[in-house]
Amino acid sequence: MANIPKELRYTREHEWAKQEGDRVRVGITDYAQEQLGDVVFVELPKVGAKVTAAKAFGVVESVKAVSDLFAPVSGEVVEANGELTKKPETVNQEPYGKGWMIVIKPSNKADWDQLLTAQQYEDFLKQAAH
Amino acid sequence: MASRFIANTTAEQRQMLGVIGAGSIEDLLVKIPAKARLSRPLNLAPALAETDLVRHMRALAARNADADSHACFMGAGSYDHYVPSPISHMVLRGEFLTAYTPYQPEASQGTLRTIYEYQTMIAELTGMDVANASIYDGASSLAEAALMAHAVTERKEIVLSRGVNPLYRRVTATYCEGPGIRLRDAAVPDGVTDLDAAKKLVGPKTAALVVQSPNFYGCLEDVATAAEIAHAAGALLVVVADPVNLGVLEAPGKLGADIVVGEGQGLGVPMSFGGPNLGVFAAKKDLVRRMPGRLVGATVDKDGRRGFVLTLQTREQHIRRAKATSNICTNVALCALMATIYLATLGRRGLVRVGELSTAKAHYAAERLTKAPGVSLRFAQPFFKEFALKLPKSPERVVAKLAKQGILAGVPLKAFDRALADCLLVAVTEKRTKAEVDAFAEALAKAVA
Repeated sequence: MANIPKELRYTREHEWAKQEGDRVRVGITDYAQEQLGDVVFVELPKVGAKVTAAKAFGVVESVKAVSDLFAPVSGEVVEANGELTKKPETVNQEPYGKGWMIVIKPSNKADWDQLLTAQQYEDFLKQAAH
Repeated sequence: MASRFIANTTAEQRQMLGVIGAGSIEDLLVKIPAKARLSRPLNLAPALAETDLVRHMRALAARNADADSHACFMGAGSYDHYVPSPISHMVLRGEFLTAYTPYQPEASQGTLRTIYEYQTMIAELTGMDVANASIYDGASSLAEAALMAHAVTERKEIVLSRGVNPLYRRVTATYCEGPGIRLRDAAVPDGVTDLDAAKKLVGPKTAALVVQSPNFYGCLEDVATAAEIAHAAGALLVVVADPVNLGVLEAPGKLGADIVVGEGQGLGVPMSFGGPNLGVFAAKKDLVRRMPGRLVGATVDKDGRRGFVLTLQTREQHIRRAKATSNICTNVALCALMATIYLATLGRRGLVRVGELSTAKAHYAAERLTKAPGVSLRFAQPFFKEFALKLPKSPERVVAKLAKQGILAGVPLKAFDRALADCLLVAVTEKRTKAEVDAFAEALAKAVA
């Protein structure tokens, strides 16, 4: 079974969200990177861009597929991981670590409560497998 | 009914009908209402024997005035450049001529390799980082460039010089209608784009500025300045160029082009009354992920041997779907192959010679033709292998008269611009001889007297 860190929150589109003080760090899950295959390109928004919960904020490309990236919470992008331009494979190697994608300054605290817990995400994956 | 073009024999048809329980093919059509049925045989002439058919087609073909029977001074986007014999010899091979979509790396390394070489040579010629495996023709290449500029900049206006081939502009307008991209015209008051006026049109809404050099009227444009104007506004510069000329003229990539498109027909593809043609498309490296069309890349197999594959396919609509820059998923492989053989056959030196001869002969022709009373160069601008002549008599009449004398004098410009109704666009390639040009000059002088 794919790795699902207990302290993170998740979306049904396979992004993870990590609370860091008043910021939220975002990436894609181990399950997502496994499904995608070798990531070759990540298109991220510029710092300052606005993102909306459940709406696309970027694109991740593997050798065989292209997927939208969905924002777990609404807000403003305060950091974008420039390392991924040079080494997109980091997303496969460390999806929860160095493969993070953006950091958001949330505009609506209520968005956080809409996210899935680790257990809920695990159940969701088990269901999807059927 | 038996026919040697239908694979099933009468006996096989009877057998199939028997299996499904029908008495005849008529029985399968009973559900079509009588008033929708044609109740008589089609009014077709009886089938010809092969010898009669060949004789008939030859007679029809003999009525054409073509570049084999006439000295061709027609241009306007399709040029009578020489097609070296290795091309005809190679492209008629079945592996190339009739192969359909031969892009599986397991089965088509030869084909993929020729396309890779084509892309490489086009990128070198145009001074760009990457070229695709071709688009249909110059017109659709430009249209794709407009869509790409919109995708890259997320802006909704394209400024096109009126010096860009008017037919390309119309095709681009068609492609831009769906996405709601607005086209604006930059005026060409005297043979070349008024760049000061164009500067006023290029702004924060502009995705790209498009110029053609040499332009539709044969005149050379100031591509470097156009690049400055586009880039100052954060827009891309798209240059429409004829690759045959690039042995002599500076590569648009070196002058600041972000995308180079054009018609590659002059690179060994026969004119064929307008097609098939060869859409050239090349771009800078940082734009490659938004490029439309097929891309062949070099790689290594599991044993480390060099091989070729279609690459970056996630750009294309069969993977990226609605988010792809374009819906195109094909190329003109056979014509691209002709261009590849052409460039390999002529080589660096040969291509330069083609350009040098074309422009030298065009300048000689301009001098000779303007000796006829009342005939003058319409634009006082540097030109390459094509120029517009102002005639004292109807260009259409002159063309008709000279066609009877074995000369295809040029393309009358009235259909493209009413203000140039008295003008004839004349193109001169390396194929034209001094005798042909002199004969043209003599015939022209008589025709306008």
